[in-house]
Amino acid sequence: MPHLWIAFRSFTRTFFWIGIIAGWTLPSAHAESVLRVAMTAGDVPITIGQPDQGFEGYRFVGYNIYDTLTSWDLSKSDVAADLRPGLAISWEVDPKNPNRWIVELRQGVKWHDGCEFKAEDVIWNLDRIANEKAPQFHPKQFAMIRNRTDNIQKIEAVNDYKLVMTTAQPDSLLPYQLSYWFMVSRCKLEALHYDYEAFQKAPSGTGPYKVDKLVPQERLELVQNPDYWDEKRIPKHDRLVLIPMPEATTRAAALLAGQVDFIEAPSPDTIPRLQSAGMQIMTNGYPHNWSYQLNFVDGPFKDIRVRKAANLALNRADMKKLLGGYMIESTGNVLPSTPYFGHPSFKIEYNPKQATALLQEAGCYPCDITFAISTSGSGQMQPLPMNELVKAQLDAVGFNTKLDVMDWNALLDVARPGREKSPDTDGINISRALQDPFSALFRHVYSKQHAPAGSNWGHYTNPAVDALIEEIYATFDPEARLAKLTKLHEMMVDEAVMLWVAHDVNPRALHPRVKGFVQAQSWFQDLTPIHIEN
Amino acid sequence: MMAYVMRRVLYAIPIALGVSIVCFSLVYLAPGDPLQTLLPEDASAETIEIVKKAYGLDQPLPMQYLIWLGRAITGDLGMSIATGRQVSGEILKALSNTIILSVGAITLSFSLAFGLGIMAGYLHGRWTDRLLTGLAVVGVSVPNYWLGIVLVIIFSVEYQLLPATGMGPGGSGTFNLLDPAHLKHLMLPVVTLSLIPMGIITRTARAAVAEALNQDFVQTLRAKGLREWAVATHVVRNALPQVLAVMGLQFGYLLGGSILVETIFTWPGTGFLLNKAILTRDIPVLQGTILVLAIFFVVTNLMVDLLQTAVDPRMQRR
Repeated sequence: MPHLWIAFRSFTRTFFWIGIIAGWTLPSAHAESVLRVAMTAGDVPITIGQPDQGFEGYRFVGYNIYDTLTSWDLSKSDVAADLRPGLAISWEVDPKNPNRWIVELRQGVKWHDGCEFKAEDVIWNLDRIANEKAPQFHPKQFAMIRNRTDNIQKIEAVNDYKLVMTTAQPDSLLPYQLSYWFMVSRCKLEALHYDYEAFQKAPSGTGPYKVDKLVPQERLELVQNPDYWDEKRIPKHDRLVLIPMPEATTRAAALLAGQVDFIEAPSPDTIPRLQSAGMQIMTNGYPHNWSYQLNFVDGPFKDIRVRKAANLALNRADMKKLLGGYMIESTGNVLPSTPYFGHPSFKIEYNPKQATALLQEAGCYPCDITFAISTSGSGQMQPLPMNELVKAQLDAVGFNTKLDVMDWNALLDVARPGREKSPDTDGINISRALQDPFSALFRHVYSKQHAPAGSNWGHYTNPAVDALIEEIYATFDPEARLAKLTKLHEMMVDEAVMLWVAHDVNPRALHPRVKGFVQAQSWFQDLTPIHIEN
Repeated sequence: MMAYVMRRVLYAIPIALGVSIVCFSLVYLAPGDPLQTLLPEDASAETIEIVKKAYGLDQPLPMQYLIWLGRAITGDLGMSIATGRQVSGEILKALSNTIILSVGAITLSFSLAFGLGIMAGYLHGRWTDRLLTGLAVVGVSVPNYWLGIVLVIIFSVEYQLLPATGMGPGGSGTFNLLDPAHLKHLMLPVVTLSLIPMGIITRTARAAVAEALNQDFVQTLRAKGLREWAVATHVVRNALPQVLAVMGLQFGYLLGGSILVETIFTWPGTGFLLNKAILTRDIPVLQGTILVLAIFFVVTNLMVDLLQTAVDPRMQRR
């Protein structure tokens, strides 16, 4: 028996040392770090290039799987996000021809499928969204991006990494439009014989994430792209799981229950509960506007005094209290931190006496108005209680406000055709993204954007504004352009072209273990710096 | 029996055709069109026309219906405008997920409700009856989406016993009924969904049993010296056709998926699919889903009718 004991002891010692050596030398298995995000979207955004589900699709899918020629700098929280190089490292207008842009592309970029990104890919991508006869053409993709690229007449490759883009009209804001246009791999789509249904499940872009798994309606799992061309933006977590969760209470519950780590847009009344459970609540101003576009042809808002009266009637501080402090009071169409905010002479403030005096001077007292509003919708915040408060405040100064309530899609049906189809509607409450100068300023006041051709729902018309916009399009010097943009914003505020109420602050709730997130002043956000602490 | 079955199947055909016309045309009556969600606000008229043509929305409505019907008969319900995926695939997947939820809710609600209803019927007029009836009324009256949220707050948030959302830790693709970790995801939505059918069936069973108990044959059976449990068997059998009819209807409703409950629990069933399709005006998905669910309802009621005749042969002779 003693010899058996000795043998047992020596086996044990041997395996002990094998274990110690293995532990030091063999690579250790580590648990994958996973970031689980609950989106407000009702479905997983489509993955074939231009995403749907609004800007949430861009934020979580578009900019993660794909890149654009110009991109957004989302690394700072204290300034409004602006453009930076993406797949293009430089873009300049030809000094001799303002319709001609010279674009230098980034070299050494690989698609997820291993093919190399070259100039021909950009031309192929233009056909994908513009040429009905091209096999890669997709009508929905066309529908979603064409309005931003329809000024591009043609693209020619000078060599593998240099392009010339020719526009139909001079457009100094073209780089902003390019930041919304995602580049999709020709290699992959051709290999799949243009089967977009198959491409959806295994798309190929150049972005910091690759698609690992798509469960329609339920989740999209992305994994880091370790070969991403921007090493600083290789994700600091292994896996990003995106889960559509349209109900705000469910998102909050899922975060509290530990099922997700990051939720979009918790409702203001759940925030104290989330905070008490130790969740991080992140907010920041961003280019969003909750306002009313007005009817300049029919009804009382033709008169600038009535428009000013409406703006002076609103106690925005009360609105802020209603939302638990989660908004920024509007003082113009854009946030004051926007470079082209300027110094409008019309002060948007609470002055009910002045409001009443203006209505009486305008001979509209009481002043009957009807607003079309929705029960929910992208960026609409809490539309029902907010509108009730606006109505009460307007009525207190002499308006007689009627709210025409409908669902989001029905409201868009009122917005798209313009005021002509709704002459009895004096204003529509549709929140707007103000991400770039065209979106923030031009489309609301340019006469060429009169709905249904564009977003100028109420048919605001001002030849001086039109002339200024055309000057801006033709001004390629950034400083000179900024001065003109500032003047345009000042004119818009002085003319009280909208009834301004609030800017959202984009609240998000994060689990304490989620670190490294910087909330940019943008509709888009960069999730790559996030790491998950154990 | 066979003749009866054939007759019922033949009646179902014009019903299905009528349902298809209603399904197809109803979605067009709602304000808003699918292009709203496809196109940016400042899409040009030319862009709008190109997209309309690509999705066949430029055709007159009767022509669109005929094209759609021709394809639907072969099982092709078209492509989702929102996702570009086959509608039939989307519906089948969603339906299978809703069936899992519905079977759970039915098992819970029918078994409990039938038992409680029989008890209430037998103890008609006593405090037990009043208590059970009161509970049934509460079950029918309490909004189930509110109950769902309350259950989530208690069991998921406060006590972290059950998950708040989703169909399994990895989604429906990996859902495994035999895995307790996956079954946990089923519990709260099943309890929430079972509330209304439980209330309705309890009350129906109670009324049917109480009515049967008042019939002469019960007195005759007791007079013949039959034991009470044997009498109860006859009473229940006589009450069953009424209850079966209601169960069939409830099963049909559950298969339609509860938009609210599935949205709260992010359960990827037909309710969730319909909710998304309504918000995006995804007409092919709306038409296909409503048609499939309506046909399911017709088939379910046919099965219930056949079951009723099996239980009560007198119904066959009517």
